[in-house]
Amino acid sequence: MSLSITSPAFKENAALALADVDLQQALTHVERGFIEKRRKAAEALPEFEALRDEARAIKEHTLAHLDLYLEAFEAKAQHAGAEVHFAETAEDARQAVLAICRRAKARTVTKGKSMISEEIGLNDFLEENDIAPVETDLGEYIIQLRGEPPSHIIAPAVHVTRNQVEQEFRRAHAGLDPERDLSEPVSLLAEARAALREKFLAADIGITGANFLIAETGSSVIVTNEGNGDLTQILPRVHIVLASIEKLVPTLEDVSTLLRVLARSATGQDMSVYTTFSTGPRRPGDPDGPEETHIVILDNGRAEMLAGELREMLRCIRCGACMNHCPVYHAIGGHAYGATYVGPMGAVLAPALFGLEKTANLPNASTFCGRCEAVCPVRIPLPKLMRHWREREYERHLKPAAERGGLKFWAFLAKRPGLYRLATRLGLAALSRFGRQDSYASLPFAGGWTRHRDLPAPAAKSFLDQWKASR
Amino acid sequence: MSAASESERRRAAVIGKVRRALADDGNGDARRAAVEERLSRPRPNLVPARGQLTGEARLALFAEMAEKVSASVERVASAEELPEAVASYLRARNLPSELRMGADPRLKALPWDRASHLEIKHGPSDGRDLAAISHAFGGVAETGTLFLLSGQENPTSLNFLPEHHLVVLAAQDIAGDYEALWARLRAAEGDAGLPRTVNLVTGPSRSADIEQTLLLGAHGPRALHILLLGEG
Amino acid sequence: MPPSEVAGQTGKAPRVGLFATCLVDLFRPQTGFAAAKLIEAAGARVEVPERQTCCGQPAYNSGDRADAAAIARQVVAAFEGFDYVVVPSGSCAATISRHYPALLADDPSYAHRARALAEKTFELTAFLYDVMGMREVKASFSGAVTYHDSCSGLRELTVRKQPRALLASVDGLTLKEMKDADVCCGFGGAFCVKYPDVSNAIVAKKVAAIEDSRAETLLAGDIGCLMNMAGKLKREGKNVKARHVAEVLADMGDEPAIGEGQ
Ligand code: SF4
Repeated sequence: MSLSITSPAFKENAALALADVDLQQALTHVERGFIEKRRKAAEALPEFEALRDEARAIKEHTLAHLDLYLEAFEAKAQHAGAEVHFAETAEDARQAVLAICRRAKARTVTKGKSMISEEIGLNDFLEENDIAPVETDLGEYIIQLRGEPPSHIIAPAVHVTRNQVEQEFRRAHAGLDPERDLSEPVSLLAEARAALREKFLAADIGITGANFLIAETGSSVIVTNEGNGDLTQILPRVHIVLASIEKLVPTLEDVSTLLRVLARSATGQDMSVYTTFSTGPRRPGDPDGPEETHIVILDNGRAEMLAGELREMLRCIRCGACMNHCPVYHAIGGHAYGATYVGPMGAVLAPALFGLEKTANLPNASTFCGRCEAVCPVRIPLPKLMRHWREREYERHLKPAAERGGLKFWAFLAKRPGLYRLATRLGLAALSRFGRQDSYASLPFAGGWTRHRDLPAPAAKSFLDQWKASR
Repeated sequence: MSAASESERRRAAVIGKVRRALADDGNGDARRAAVEERLSRPRPNLVPARGQLTGEARLALFAEMAEKVSASVERVASAEELPEAVASYLRARNLPSELRMGADPRLKALPWDRASHLEIKHGPSDGRDLAAISHAFGGVAETGTLFLLSGQENPTSLNFLPEHHLVVLAAQDIAGDYEALWARLRAAEGDAGLPRTVNLVTGPSRSADIEQTLLLGAHGPRALHILLLGEG
Repeated sequence: MPPSEVAGQTGKAPRVGLFATCLVDLFRPQTGFAAAKLIEAAGARVEVPERQTCCGQPAYNSGDRADAAAIARQVVAAFEGFDYVVVPSGSCAATISRHYPALLADDPSYAHRARALAEKTFELTAFLYDVMGMREVKASFSGAVTYHDSCSGLRELTVRKQPRALLASVDGLTLKEMKDADVCCGFGGAFCVKYPDVSNAIVAKKVAAIEDSRAETLLAGDIGCLMNMAGKLKREGKNVKARHVAEVLADMGDEPAIGEGQ
């Protein structure tokens, strides 16, 4: 079982995405909706920028002491009756979940939204082992029916139009009256609610992610709007939390600060509807809640990120603002990235988790416009970290030979001003001899440029030469 | 290798890797002391000005923020009036006169017989209830958020399964910010730590997963009605 | 920096090294002349050191740190003797002022020199407005313009109000803001040739916004972005001219526009 990474085909993926009419229609909602909502929410809270600084500082402090906070969390969670499972790799995490399912003799598992689950390819793995996973977040449910990965970290089905949702429900929901009007989102939601209600009540195990793990109390925290994550964890007998090491936060106060920037950055809400703090299994006498709680804490390459400049990426609280503001994401959506995590945060994280060899396109496919960094609630310098990966790519000779050669030749000249003058003088003269034009619709070696736009012609004589002549 | 020692090995491997990666972050004792200090004396970070209001202004902000997220807020002067307020909420929405509740003594003690025909069911929800009532531990004015605690008397399922969730919140339990309620909760629970589930609820359930169209009542309640009891 | 400190207090005009940028040098000399004219109009003396090629961004953004650092050292050496370094490009100015210090941080003989150079390097309109205290220009231009905020200038150097304030003093000019003026045009240096289809989708949206503004002229502060947008405007047959903002401010707005013959 391995997660399929399609990032090597990023260019082809992107071309398909650009030609996909439904996708392009769906993407307009990202560009308009999220940006405006975040802007309004941020403007309405005078302390927002200061809170971003505090959020950043909390995460920095936690990461710098992460070994100790992990130990503190584990002790508290165990004290509350939870079992904590550390997993070095995706395979460790899958096996840990499977062992729990086997012990509980589970046949069906309901799931709240979890990016870790996507990262480790859990659903396919469970199915291979005859356990039926049911995604319960509406967006996740839609893409599970469609057999797709999420295209956005907080709005997994943002690439799907309402008509496509209707088609999917008609296909998947046996007994759905063909006469029933499902043309509006509200009727689609009602249909999903009814279908999933049964699943919640029947599931043996509920699996959720975690937005935060609190060292002070041993609690895991999920933040949702639908309430599915809560039904997932209170109704079945066993609750499994899938988390990764960087979810740690020291105290309840620290979580409160992070919550103040999370929803505002993500959806523009002041606070998401349900923020749930779960600490161990149900207590003696509790009328409901899980009898067992397991917390799987995944490393999968993150510990190594702590040692260098990539540590900054581990501050990420998965709000999605970076992709919501990314012109590349707006153009192609999330699937083209092909590596679970998408947009600017994915371009930094995916190479660390899945290897640069397969994902080198992602940190390159950015204009470095910097809008992601400008809105990131924990001020992650995303362009700088994408450049980090470009540098590793260059060092490890992973760039295509032609690109590297061209770059080297240019740098050779740029480092030698005298030669550079001479070469540019000759180049401009040669171009003039070709027959001068105001701009070119095509030119040899400039295909990448001229495929979609004209190339304004170079000057007949460089500025430096003209300046010298004029003085 | 046994399962137990295998999981012990993984634990050591993950924490060991983290520790090695942090080798440059300095001296062990100072780091330990910093963590100890932070965990044993939790301190609020920056609290926005709107979280620091008092009195009527705080109450007004709570109601404003809760209504902004589509909760309804009804002020009720005394506990005796609650049963009738509940009954008329149900009547106004053409709901059957049935109500699910846990065993919260504050709710149990109310004069439910004053509201005629109201049928009360106790215990966790079976997923078929239309309406349930809970008592909040507190509220946060900053965002109109309710704090609901699980426990012997408060089934968590009541917060999520019914279509209509009614919540009694004593006005004096409304704090300006989350931090104040965490401090209150620590004091109330002592060494027991947090209850199994602490739900911070801000408005009724919603989803915008289909074309970013915001719809209420995704999996949780379609309606959240807050009965704000007494004076601040 | 307090406006006009150097010019005002010492009574001596500051010496400015004009870093033309490789694109101005090869594609748009009149932007260089316009920049020089404006710097002089603001009360400074301009020199154009011959030992300049490029700021090194192509290497830096392609992951070739060693060559980027070598080029950075060369720029530091060529320009550190000036009172100011002025660049008619937000992205090249940001490379020098925001990135050189990090790039040369581990080089003991250059680290402090890079920091010193960073301190006195400015994007052209920011230099005119913030450093020299220029509030108006002597220029006229008839027609409506729209201004695109190039990403680096905007987000790394907070250049936004300076070009607009100076444009407001140009006789006969009206500014018609386009929607999403602060959104990337899709240029991104090597990005636009490496991922041409994605770049095209982004610049297509930009061109639509430019057209919707109903301005006849597009202005911006970076030749790279301007060539991208001008090339797309031309390919789509749109009748919008593109110019560097310096040209209009320097009263050189009647020369041929970008891609129009020179
Ligand atoms: S990188 Fe920043 S903006 Fe992007 S998801 Fe993470 S926290 Fe949000």
